[in-house]
Amino acid sequence: MPKRTDIKKIMIIGSGPIVIGQACEFDYSGSQACKALKEEGYTVVLINSNPATIMTDPDLADRTYIEPITPAAVEKILEIEKPDAILPTVGGQTALNTALALYNNGVLDRMKIELIGANIEAIKKAEDRELFKEAMLKIGIDLPRSGFASTIDEALVLLEDIKLPLIIRPAFTLGGTGGNFVYNKEDFVDLVRKGLDESPISQVLLEESIAGWKEYELEVMRDKADNVVIICSIENLDPMGIHTGDSITVAPQQTLTDAEYQNMRDMSINIIREIGVDTGGSNIQFAVNPDTGRVIVIEMNPRVSRSSALASKATGFPIAKIAAKLAVGYTLDELNNDITRETPASFEPTIDYVVVKVPRWNFEKIQGADTRLGPQMKSVGETMAIGRTFKESLQKAMRSLEIDRYGLGSDANLKLEGMIHRQPLFQQRDLLENGLRTPHDLRIFYVKLALKLGWSVDRIFELTKIDRWFLWQIEELVDAEKTFVEDVRMNGLTVSNVLKMKKLGYSDRQLGYLTDAENLSRIYEKGSDSQKEYSTAVKNREKTIRDFRNANSIKPGYRLVDTCAGEFEAYTPYFYSAYDDCDEARKTDTKKVMILGGGPNRIGQGIEFDYCCCHASFALKELGIESIMVNSNPETVSTDYDTSDKLFFEPLTLEDILHIYEREKPEAVIVQFGGQTPLKLSRQLLENGVNIAGTSPDSIDRAEDRERFSDVVKKLGLNQPENGIAFSQEDALRVAGQIGYPVLARPSYVLGGRAMCIIYDQESLIEYIKTAVELTPEHPVLIDKFLEDAAEIDVDAICDGKDVYIGAIMRHIEQAGIHSGDSACVIPPLGIKEEIIEEITRQTAALALELNVIGLINIQFALKNDVVYVLEVNPRASRTVPFVSKAKGIPLAKIALKVMLGAKLKDFGLSDRFETPYISVKEAVLPFNKFPGVDVVLSPEMKSTGEVMGIARDFGEAFYKSALAAGDCLPLEGSIFVSLNERSRSDLAPDLLMMYKEGFKFLATGGTAEFLRSNGMECSTVNKVSEGRPNILDLLKNNEIDMIFNTPRGKAPKSDSNLIRQVALRYKIPIITTGSAIKAAVEGIIRMKNCSITVRALQDYHAEVKQHLLKK
Amino acid sequence: MGKKAYLILEDGSVFEGESFGYEGENLGEVVFNTSLSGYQEVLTDPSYCGQIVTMTYPMIGNYGVNPEDIESSKVQVAGFAVKEYAKRHSNFRSSSSLGDYLKEYRIPAIEGIDTRKLTLHIRDKGALKGGIFFSTEGAAERLKAHPSMNGLDLASKVSTGYVYNFGDHSKDKPLIAVMDFGVKTNILRLLDSHGFSVRVYPGSMSFAEVLKDGVKGVFLSNGPGDPGAVQCAPALVADIVKSQIPCFGICLGHQLLGIGLGAKTYKLKFGHRGGNQPVKNLLTDKVEITSQNHGFAVDMDSFKKVKDLEMTHLNLNDNTVEGFRHKKLPIFCVQYHPEAAPGPHDSEYLFRQFREMVK
Repeated sequence: MPKRTDIKKIMIIGSGPIVIGQACEFDYSGSQACKALKEEGYTVVLINSNPATIMTDPDLADRTYIEPITPAAVEKILEIEKPDAILPTVGGQTALNTALALYNNGVLDRMKIELIGANIEAIKKAEDRELFKEAMLKIGIDLPRSGFASTIDEALVLLEDIKLPLIIRPAFTLGGTGGNFVYNKEDFVDLVRKGLDESPISQVLLEESIAGWKEYELEVMRDKADNVVIICSIENLDPMGIHTGDSITVAPQQTLTDAEYQNMRDMSINIIREIGVDTGGSNIQFAVNPDTGRVIVIEMNPRVSRSSALASKATGFPIAKIAAKLAVGYTLDELNNDITRETPASFEPTIDYVVVKVPRWNFEKIQGADTRLGPQMKSVGETMAIGRTFKESLQKAMRSLEIDRYGLGSDANLKLEGMIHRQPLFQQRDLLENGLRTPHDLRIFYVKLALKLGWSVDRIFELTKIDRWFLWQIEELVDAEKTFVEDVRMNGLTVSNVLKMKKLGYSDRQLGYLTDAENLSRIYEKGSDSQKEYSTAVKNREKTIRDFRNANSIKPGYRLVDTCAGEFEAYTPYFYSAYDDCDEARKTDTKKVMILGGGPNRIGQGIEFDYCCCHASFALKELGIESIMVNSNPETVSTDYDTSDKLFFEPLTLEDILHIYEREKPEAVIVQFGGQTPLKLSRQLLENGVNIAGTSPDSIDRAEDRERFSDVVKKLGLNQPENGIAFSQEDALRVAGQIGYPVLARPSYVLGGRAMCIIYDQESLIEYIKTAVELTPEHPVLIDKFLEDAAEIDVDAICDGKDVYIGAIMRHIEQAGIHSGDSACVIPPLGIKEEIIEEITRQTAALALELNVIGLINIQFALKNDVVYVLEVNPRASRTVPFVSKAKGIPLAKIALKVMLGAKLKDFGLSDRFETPYISVKEAVLPFNKFPGVDVVLSPEMKSTGEVMGIARDFGEAFYKSALAAGDCLPLEGSIFVSLNERSRSDLAPDLLMMYKEGFKFLATGGTAEFLRSNGMECSTVNKVSEGRPNILDLLKNNEIDMIFNTPRGKAPKSDSNLIRQVALRYKIPIITTGSAIKAAVEGIIRMKNCSITVRALQDYHAEVKQHLLKK
Repeated sequence: MGKKAYLILEDGSVFEGESFGYEGENLGEVVFNTSLSGYQEVLTDPSYCGQIVTMTYPMIGNYGVNPEDIESSKVQVAGFAVKEYAKRHSNFRSSSSLGDYLKEYRIPAIEGIDTRKLTLHIRDKGALKGGIFFSTEGAAERLKAHPSMNGLDLASKVSTGYVYNFGDHSKDKPLIAVMDFGVKTNILRLLDSHGFSVRVYPGSMSFAEVLKDGVKGVFLSNGPGDPGAVQCAPALVADIVKSQIPCFGICLGHQLLGIGLGAKTYKLKFGHRGGNQPVKNLLTDKVEITSQNHGFAVDMDSFKKVKDLEMTHLNLNDNTVEGFRHKKLPIFCVQYHPEAAPGPHDSEYLFRQFREMVK
């Protein structure tokens, strides 16, 4: 059956901003779907609010709408585009929920638009837990004892039957938001209430606790002829009770016999049929009782998922691409397996390696976050490693995480080990026991440490419920280390003992440490003064191992990911390293360039950098140069085997990169595009003879080293906020005293503002040094004068060494002091005088040329009293490159890549700096709802996980749309609770007055109320929490407040303000915490008061820019 | 650490590893299997008689062995070669480790070899003779003297020597004859559970004798070796045709029917062994994911010339014949393994089909 010809135009709904639980895996699936459908000749209309995605590149879909993914916006697009069908299964839960809403409000029927990939019945059956349960019971599949409740009373009745402990899950949410274990009756009522609240349909599922059971996932595909195949099985190392997104997982499954696995396969096939997913992929999760083998189904996602992206990368089978083709009518046997070319897609991939995925958490960025893991996902990214054995993969995955680990322990990172060893014995035991019993981000290292200290596998199993098979595997690593150390003591390093360890996945760093552990530990124990000595010693040991290997030709070969375990010849160049006997990477003699990716997503380094890496690869293609991609993030487009000429799925460490470099001998390596990960390695790469394309590592250092950078600024006669560097606490106090509070303090060399803080007095500075940073001579702290209420301006530019091209000048909406990644910004830079713009342009060029930048440069300026200050220069791709590219229609990353390889800016025919005839706003999306109890105030420390974009004719609408896309529906009428610090009051008075005149009601406490009244605005006074009931919290909880304007005092008040923000977050009440954002929101609300949002395709905006430039 | 061992191929390739099974040499045809799980079923499948099997999946032994997942009463392979043997196993059903199991049945096994290199080698060169040795000395001579699979009748070696009943027999379950050339137990289990009274006969037994028991159908089993070398087969097939009773064949049984009805068989370069082969049912147009284990196949050209036969199943990977039926007689067969074990259960319907055929 060939593809359908009755449909011509298809809309794809994307997943919106990157949030915990829904990340760039949906850029991968959405991009694949766009390409697949276009390849088949369909016209593709795309909606996604996330500008950092590859899928929203204007040449990927035919019509690209960067608009808020709300039913209303989608309806508008449908009316303009009139597609025949919608594919809702490649954009995560967001797309499914949106499609469901469009069905429920009758839009789909009215416009006669068909859903392809999954029908409404199937979506409902899979997503609505009651219908799901019914369906499972019908086909005889076991489930946990459970029931639904829409009220507290209903829940209490169910409790009798299900019994504690149990788990509460709100229906229809992302990433298990609000899922909680309940162990006692008191918590029960609270958590049920919370769950009802989290659920968009006010319903919770109460479920028998199956914590500690084995957890499995199967990725299933079905075509319309009812052919069903299983693409991949996944076994979770962490047992049930920890969200699968927070679990270390392994593919394929390891500990089920074929009979047990086939039983699960049969169940999966029956489930996808019963649920009625006609075409496409689904993910089905199972739990297995480790003692009895009882299998129960946990849930089914009738769409591609995070796990399907992982399964695609793990097997080489492109699930989303095939799903898109099945949705338009193909059957599996009509499609070819890209990798083998000759065999059809109607098969089940088989692999001859082991894949390990490890989540990447970012708790250090979110102060006060609970690091315990449970049913609610908390990780912000993940990394995947491929090795021939589980042990090898696990070690590779650990060093791919980029948390300063070079394998599973024994890697010279003695933080944990040192901490445990320093305790008296009885406390050691308690610490280890707690570290094992309570799941948390570092538990796997505790497992290794406990085994190293001689704890039995059984004891660790009792504490962790991690299947003994995995524990034994880790124990084998511990044993191998002992044997190795002994052997080296007797015989020195030998080919045999080193090779044996390399096959187990050990890095040179680990082997270096193991062979000199006593000496290194002694240096380490000397304390912080010896840090430099320690790190030099560690690096020397690492080099000793590397030199030994080089002298003895011990190096890895590259194996193919081929979907078929070698049964057929494979054509797709997708490789991983292994210390086996052969190398399958084909030798090519063409000109090649290697791109280093960004590794696992984390706050501050996310999809934006993957976008840039992909563009580097596309640009290489245009230049006819072979592209080699190195990355370890399975969620991304960069690790799609279709993106580059060669893909090496490898950890981004010096050792692993050098192996590929030596094997491939590329002309140059790109370190500018993958964020801080490759940049940090550039100096060491250079020392090892690697040719770094573009800006030299020395220039990078000049920009990043504060002292060297200050010299640059001085030399150019530019302004910088007064600053100093502190190597000790005394230093810090002296420097701060000299330049005057408030100051901005931060450790040197950071990305995303780690531990960056605005400090208002000496007392706070002392506390900061004690708690937030390690201040040592090797880790100095930078102290800058903090420019209060300055406007912040961001510039993205390209320099070829001679000319400088300004991509865009952006004005931040939040004032300086809020991390640029967390603040909204706008193109064109509204409200900045032309002469300031010119000055910024001049300074940008001066800095780029002085630093001899070849490629991209990002500069952050502050503007106070018409004086321009240089805050920071990053000679690399910045987070805003994709936003700028989309706002202005300029492929910045591609141009930069070409410049880095020698092209001149003047040859691109670029027009002079111009401003668009429309407004683009970028807004950050914050993860606070996943971290209850954490204060939601913005600071210099970046916390956002994603971003959205709003484009419109005027700023008001663009800002309103960006807020909407970020999940904040700003109210157009109702009551606003206003609580302002003294500083912001007078500045905001006119804005508040406008709102007041538009009919908004104000509520305020004490001081703010007085201020409002004295400015002619009536308001009701509300009790503070301490002033008796009903207080402000009660009003929030009773939905009597529609929005909150709250500018906190400089020193975070720990009282009301914090509580109010907590409650607002829980009740999804928009809350705005900076003066400038309040102004923007007011403008947006007043603009939108009497009209609805407009939608327009990016292609049309870009065409308008072209027209505009022609006219000029 | 196990004793040093070698897997040596007839072309002189040597793979060095460590022993984890019985410490005695053995020779056979070296083949690879791409199933991710199911090593115990593979080891006990009589069709692997005379073969040294390497699993392409690198970690083997993870879930140990148990008394249930067996396809015959003993380990049938000549040897077993893996990348990494999991010394400790974990599964709620396991009763013993894989290593101990192999030792019990005196089967040599080697771990620590690059099984992907071995697999690619077999893919390029075809299945080769090889042996697991504990010294490289004299291996070449012994390999040279070892017979090749072509022309080898191994079926008679693994067939039952006597007639026996399997499972529950009852009046409402028609009696069928299973002609045993190395039958897998799961075939017998499925025939039984699909409503047959199952009686197993030696493959070489005269069909006239079998008919005397009043069987209502006949099943030709899977088995090892070259189908062309099974001496008794042509006569058996001729008798079945003559009897007009319903007949179902699997694997070797399918090849024997092919030969008996006028087609030819040939040796595939390296065979099909795994649990992921796509087969299209040409009658329904549906794709089945199948379990396979065969080194020989029915030749397509010669098959097409036999006018009474109709192809029912096609391998989508390499377009080989996966199943056919007789246009006039109640005879049908498949090359692959609908009984799975190990492998997917997509094709169990064939047993139902057979049951419906037998009155």
